[in-house]
Amino acid sequence: MVKINGKNLDAAKKTVAEYLTDAGFDPLRVAVERNGEIVPRALYDKTRLCDGDVVEIVGFVGGG
Amino acid sequence: MEKDKLIIGGRAFTSRFILGSGKYSLNLIEAAVKDAGAEIVTLAVRRANTGEQENILDFIPKGVTLLPNTSGARDAGEAVRIARLARALGCGDFVKIEIMRDSKYLLPDNSETVKATEILAKEGFTVLPYMYPDLNVARDLVNAGAAAVMPLGAPIGSNRGLVTKEFIGILIEEIDLPVIVDAGIGRPSQACEAMEMGAAAVMANTALATAGNLPAMASAFRLAIEAGRKAYLAGVGRELVRGASSSDPLTGFLRD
Repeated sequence: MVKINGKNLDAAKKTVAEYLTDAGFDPLRVAVERNGEIVPRALYDKTRLCDGDVVEIVGFVGGG
Repeated sequence: MEKDKLIIGGRAFTSRFILGSGKYSLNLIEAAVKDAGAEIVTLAVRRANTGEQENILDFIPKGVTLLPNTSGARDAGEAVRIARLARALGCGDFVKIEIMRDSKYLLPDNSETVKATEILAKEGFTVLPYMYPDLNVARDLVNAGAAAVMPLGAPIGSNRGLVTKEFIGILIEEIDLPVIVDAGIGRPSQACEAMEMGAAAVMANTALATAGNLPAMASAFRLAIEAGRKAYLAGVGRELVRGASSSDPLTGFLRD
């Protein structure tokens, strides 16, 4: 299992690009952090999620 | 006035009104930005939801500089993490550091803010720290590489105005960076007053979000900020502590 935005999900072995597409995220509107490190957009295709990974997917919202 | 620019991180801005984008409909953002004349808009970073139809970036007019904040951060480490994620979103390297440990008054943690400023400035961010107006901390922020300082006028979202006026005045006098009054400004007259004192810019969000007509209030703030700036540049007239001083000639009265 991979913990994504606080939820344990069955996303191991997918690349970041595959997960984002499958889950319905626009890759150009999010930033991804994996185990505390930012995953650059250029590496979404090459970065494969593993069991036990902790992933945060964030975007901009209104704020002050 | 042509050459009166606000310089932050090497970039020149004509507008001195920094607009928040929180607590109101995405559909109002374009009108708010336009009526505010804003060139800088703040945003927050949060966990993204899947299948979201609307993204705030589609509502902000092109050419506007985005200023993501680090709201939600409770210490320097969390602020640095949020700032890095914000930069990875690919909309520039401006960041407003906002670190709070207290959820009642939402007061900024000045010492953690200095730490985060130092780390992020070294990483090439243009850092605008939200702070409690303390001169020693402001000096530490200058030394840490801040591009501006953003002292609060009153607690966030309170619309109470320049509660910290005297201390903001000290920062304006002593700090060579732009002093941008952030938080608590509720009315155009308060924004105008901050600008008359020599603040470099004013940031407002809740004042607009809680106004009856948001774009109209954005316009009112723009005019007030411009008026205050002009008054500051013109040099505000002196005050008499006692007595009066007639504006009329003191000779030629129609009496013996």
